[in-house]
Amino acid sequence: MNQPLSNPDMPVKQTGMAVLFCAVMKRDLMLAFRRRSDLLNPLIFFLMVASLFPLGISPEPTFLEQLAPGVVWVGALLATLLSMDSLFRSDFDDGTLEQTLLSPQPLFLVVLAKVIAHWAMTGLPLTLMAPLLGLMLFLPTEGMGGLMLSLLIGTPTLSLIGAIGAALTVGLRKGGVLISLLVLPLYIPVLIFGAGAVQAAVTGLPLGGYLALLGAMLALGIALAPLAIAAALRISVSG
Amino acid sequence: MSEPLLEVRQLLCERDDRVLFENLDFSLNVGEVLQIEGTNGSGKTTLLRILCGLTSHYEGDIFWHGELRTQAREAFNRSLLYFGHQPGVKAVLTPLENLHWYSAMHPSMDASRVLWALEQVGLRGYEDVPCHMLSAGQNRRVSLARLYMNDAILWILDEPFTAIDKQGVAQQEALIAQHAINGGAVILTTHHELTMPGPLRRLNLDQVRETL
Amino acid sequence: MAENKKWLPRWFYQMASPRWCYEFCGRLLPWFVVAAVLLLGAGTAWALAWAPADYQQGNSFRIIYIHVPAAILAQSCYMLMAVAGAIGLIWKMKVADMVAKSCAPIGATIAVLALATGAIWGKPTWGAWWVWDARLTSMLVLLFLYLGVIALHSAMESENTAAQATSVLALVGLVNIPIIKYSVEWWNTLHQPATFTLTEKPAMPMEMWLPLLVMVIGFYCFFSVSLMLRVRNEILHRERRAGWVRTLLEKA
Repeated sequence: MNQPLSNPDMPVKQTGMAVLFCAVMKRDLMLAFRRRSDLLNPLIFFLMVASLFPLGISPEPTFLEQLAPGVVWVGALLATLLSMDSLFRSDFDDGTLEQTLLSPQPLFLVVLAKVIAHWAMTGLPLTLMAPLLGLMLFLPTEGMGGLMLSLLIGTPTLSLIGAIGAALTVGLRKGGVLISLLVLPLYIPVLIFGAGAVQAAVTGLPLGGYLALLGAMLALGIALAPLAIAAALRISVSG
Repeated sequence: MSEPLLEVRQLLCERDDRVLFENLDFSLNVGEVLQIEGTNGSGKTTLLRILCGLTSHYEGDIFWHGELRTQAREAFNRSLLYFGHQPGVKAVLTPLENLHWYSAMHPSMDASRVLWALEQVGLRGYEDVPCHMLSAGQNRRVSLARLYMNDAILWILDEPFTAIDKQGVAQQEALIAQHAINGGAVILTTHHELTMPGPLRRLNLDQVRETL
Repeated sequence: MAENKKWLPRWFYQMASPRWCYEFCGRLLPWFVVAAVLLLGAGTAWALAWAPADYQQGNSFRIIYIHVPAAILAQSCYMLMAVAGAIGLIWKMKVADMVAKSCAPIGATIAVLALATGAIWGKPTWGAWWVWDARLTSMLVLLFLYLGVIALHSAMESENTAAQATSVLALVGLVNIPIIKYSVEWWNTLHQPATFTLTEKPAMPMEMWLPLLVMVIGFYCFFSVSLMLRVRNEILHRERRAGWVRTLLEKA
């Protein structure tokens, strides 16, 4: 029992940033895989939303073909949004979020790792599933590459922005609808350029510009969103 | 006498238009155990949350080693172990996984002592059982195992004995006393009558309010 | 935090005192009321009676004398809200939080005004009440941002937490506004060039432009009046237990 206590002047064991990053990601992925049903819900939702459009508007292929880029993107956006609320909620409820905030480790990294893990379980599967929806909505095959690429670069930004909303509302019992109100307006640029990229791919125009803009937004999101998420988490826990 | 480990000056906290405490001054030195007392709703948990930096709704200053706590957050967090109302245990993870995560988040925790710590809290044999299959008391023990595997100086414990059996309580009390002797410091709240060996300071929030 | 305040100017420190701010706003208020009434009155008369009609749109263009100032004001109000929120967040300044809180409903109302006048203007100009024009769409998104801030504020129980959370949201929105504006403009390149900028040479003739300037300044004065009224209300409400508020209320 007589272990020496650490002295603040003494250099303290520093866990490497990469180790920390991996530990957080590993934990979140593990948590998700132990509750597999939660993992599937956004994907099922994505599929359902996309199938509502032919039912609600028209099953006419020429018509759906034009709608497809926007519908798939809106579906992916809503599915991401739907999954956001759970990002910090269980951590908040069981007290592990408090412990995270009291860690001497940089919160920026912890938060970024959590968001990336979240994206790997929602944005990435949505991207992989998108061609299926493209088929259902008669998206021309030329558009598939653009669809997947734009979702691949665009969905991480959606996760980052959505996490800000999740962090702001985690202390509230009725977070769900509120998150949408906060986050949807911020999703508009990603939607515009994402759907634009697919449209360009369909019509055979170069994609580079769109993807570059989506990439720029992602870079900005990685640099700034974790700061806002960290601040929002401290505020929510403090409340 | 060197400067105190933790010093609180002119602390004021209001909740919902009610002053919980005002002009609160106290300090904590190495080797001390401080028990915060008070009736329900007197602000014990709020005070602990303010002290560890979870709540920013207060006025006044908190110093850590003579430095403003808000400016020494990293050094402070490195020396802190907080045990809160919620045990901070993930239900779908096993005790082992929970504690490994803690040691990644808190460099003051020694991952190599995990199994030993679980043995100390009587959870040997449950290392790989998901925590949702354990009882409430066992879940709190998982979190208490952190006390056995860290080198943090300051322990802030909010009701650490809730749902813990008699024998376990005696054991934790001994551990807390030992921590103070080893050069640590402990702030805790409990409704349990402490019978621990060694000196114990008390701060009663109800009396603080009455003397205003 | 005491040492943080040393390098800040004295007025900044004074602004942090709700009582000082209450009294200061009270002294400014009459001047701004007079200025707002005069400028808005004169500007409206000038715009309706003396400014020449547009050679293409005829008299219907005159709605810009409300639409453009409202649109400009809605944007600057958001900026003020975000900046005040940031000050409240960094220096824990309650008055700044109150300013930020008071900005949101005013800004949202003005954004609605800008949208409504835009729609009314759209009817004779484009032949439809709503056109997905870039600037109207940006204004709509700005309204959404305001509504988000208001919704978040009202969902939070603690005034302090609400102020901090909405400040973060407003700052995130502020970073996003240029991106949203750019993306929406790109999405719809069928927009008129911006009607009015202070930095560039006006594209309209001077007789049209001057009353617009008067209206813009008048709108700002009106905004200041309604902001100060709201902030003073907010101060009274939050400091209702303070001695000076009680004596003030007893006198009244």
